[in-house]
Amino acid sequence: MSSVIIENLSKSYGDVSAVDDISLNIDTGEIFGFIGPDGAGKTTLFRMLTSLLIPDKGKATVEGFDIVKEFKKIRSLVGYMPGRFSLYQDLTVEENLNFFASVFGTTIQENYNLIKDIYVLLEPFRKRKAGKLSGGMKQKLALCCALIHKPKILFLDEPTTGVDPVSRNEFWDMLGYLKNEGITIVVSTPYMDEANKCDRIALMQRGKILETNYLKNIIARYPGKLFAVKSDIMFILLKDLRDYKNSNSVFSFGDSLHYSDSRTDVTKDDILNYLKSKEHKNILIEEIEPNIEDCFMDLMSK
Amino acid sequence: MKRFLAFVSKEFKHILRDYRTLLILFGMPIAQILLFGFAITNEIKDAKIAILDFSKDNTTQEISNKILSSGYFLLYKNLSSTRDIEPAFKEGIIKEVIIFEPEFGKNLEKSKLANIQIIADASDPNLANMLIGYTSSIILDYQKDLLKGKTLPPIINTDIKMLFNPNLKSVFMFVPGLMAVILLLVSAMMTSISIAKEKELGTMEILLVSPLNPLQIIVGKVVPYFFISLINYIIIIILAKNVFLVPITGSIILLILESVLFLLTSLSLGILISTISNNQQTALMISISALMLPAIILSGYIFPVENMPLPLQVISNIIPAKWFIIIVRGIMLKGVSFSYIVTETAVLAGMTLFFVLLSIKKFKIRLE
Repeated sequence: MSSVIIENLSKSYGDVSAVDDISLNIDTGEIFGFIGPDGAGKTTLFRMLTSLLIPDKGKATVEGFDIVKEFKKIRSLVGYMPGRFSLYQDLTVEENLNFFASVFGTTIQENYNLIKDIYVLLEPFRKRKAGKLSGGMKQKLALCCALIHKPKILFLDEPTTGVDPVSRNEFWDMLGYLKNEGITIVVSTPYMDEANKCDRIALMQRGKILETNYLKNIIARYPGKLFAVKSDIMFILLKDLRDYKNSNSVFSFGDSLHYSDSRTDVTKDDILNYLKSKEHKNILIEEIEPNIEDCFMDLMSK
Repeated sequence: MKRFLAFVSKEFKHILRDYRTLLILFGMPIAQILLFGFAITNEIKDAKIAILDFSKDNTTQEISNKILSSGYFLLYKNLSSTRDIEPAFKEGIIKEVIIFEPEFGKNLEKSKLANIQIIADASDPNLANMLIGYTSSIILDYQKDLLKGKTLPPIINTDIKMLFNPNLKSVFMFVPGLMAVILLLVSAMMTSISIAKEKELGTMEILLVSPLNPLQIIVGKVVPYFFISLINYIIIIILAKNVFLVPITGSIILLILESVLFLLTSLSLGILISTISNNQQTALMISISALMLPAIILSGYIFPVENMPLPLQVISNIIPAKWFIIIVRGIMLKGVSFSYIVTETAVLAGMTLFFVLLSIKKFKIRLE
């Protein structure tokens, strides 16, 4: 069953096309991640799905309701957490939560179950004003507020941006717990490493979806073989590898280069011999599993 | 309803927690009315003058005494020559010099014609005009005394009575205008700023993606400022009545009802402004330039509308404050009943309806 069905959705601002002909389905009960750099169109897409923007072209439904015509229905059943911290800074933690509970016609007690695990972390600060919380705490409070009415589907726009690594991990753990409660979670992030926390991901770039799939499928479909290569003079190494006749792509990655070869039967020694002929010293070559970033780079270059 | 109440209570919390704004909200009306009441005044009191008396006879003495005992003028110095006049003005203290020609008394006796010259410092033209007016009327008065008992030429006697504000107290004139400006300021400006704030801080995004409907959001924003404005309004009336002794000759209930109507007009204007501004800065700028300035300059608050050039007179009709000031002056000073201000009331009601409908039409249920 699909919670979200998107068909040929497009939205542009002037000449800039923010979301360009996107089609995909999000299944009920999964954690679906939109992964892409800033400006990929994630926020625009989220705003359309939460009925805040009207698409130029195409259509979409959320839980079976049209995002344009039936926006009122959508607004009472989605939980939305915008990219920027958007709670009332001059209200306390408790007041913010109470306010959003009342707005959605419920109370904290009624759905306490759902937020309990997160709220216990906030409890010591419940009399503190939201503006005085740390980044991680703000994010937890925002999640609580988005959850307080037990939404069927949760839209989280870059929830982990600007949050420390420990809080980020905690946050993903909470999402896992919410998934078990049967809530569909749609999340966007610029961090590639968060892809493995999602069930399925969509890689986004310049308003387009490059690929939608399970992470392992995306990785399995990586063409050719991938090697991590190091030598003494890295910038010449980069140039030489790019000039190599079987070269697919070369990117610098941390302290090594990720070199992808177009042949399927290539071995470490083939490359070693080539580099030796180019008089490289201290060459280190290792065949590696492609990670999500390699896949993204590969898809982007197509 | 519970949703709405939660929203209103949230609004009150915002307002009550912002001490600085709160201080301005309640401090400003009081400061303004005290300022306007005490400092800005069109009345003349103890204006310093100099007298250059070439005659120094009984008649000039009598006239001088009459002028100086009027309470409007204070003798700063006696001059002895025309050369002293300019330096005396340049000192900047005296506002007027009265010059009696030589042989003033004799001339008056013999040829029935004597001359007084009045020189006024017209760097403040209004003041100069008033000083000359006051002086002339005192001299005229003296002349009438002289003619008493004699039946020489037929004289047309003008008996002047200043209705509704017999002492020409300027505070009487300012109070109605001040009410309009303060109600506009608190209700229109603060409402527009508080809605714009939600947009600026991004909370509007969450409010929109919630079951709250636009009407609840707008009315929820308006309710707290309605009450604050009402409290302010009552403070102004109490101050005006007790400190400045402004009379409320008409029905106070009518006055309050009309003021509530104007309050609604201001609030609807505030909402309208907020629908077209995306941040607090814009809301503030529009409120000041589109509401405050016209309300001060074009409403008849300080400058009479009748004296403006025709185009401005026409424009003044679209300024709600103008109509409200007419209504308040009518009720407070003239004590008129509702039947005299039906037109003005209808105009205000019409404007309010128009602004409300326009705002609802313009309110964005989405982000664009």
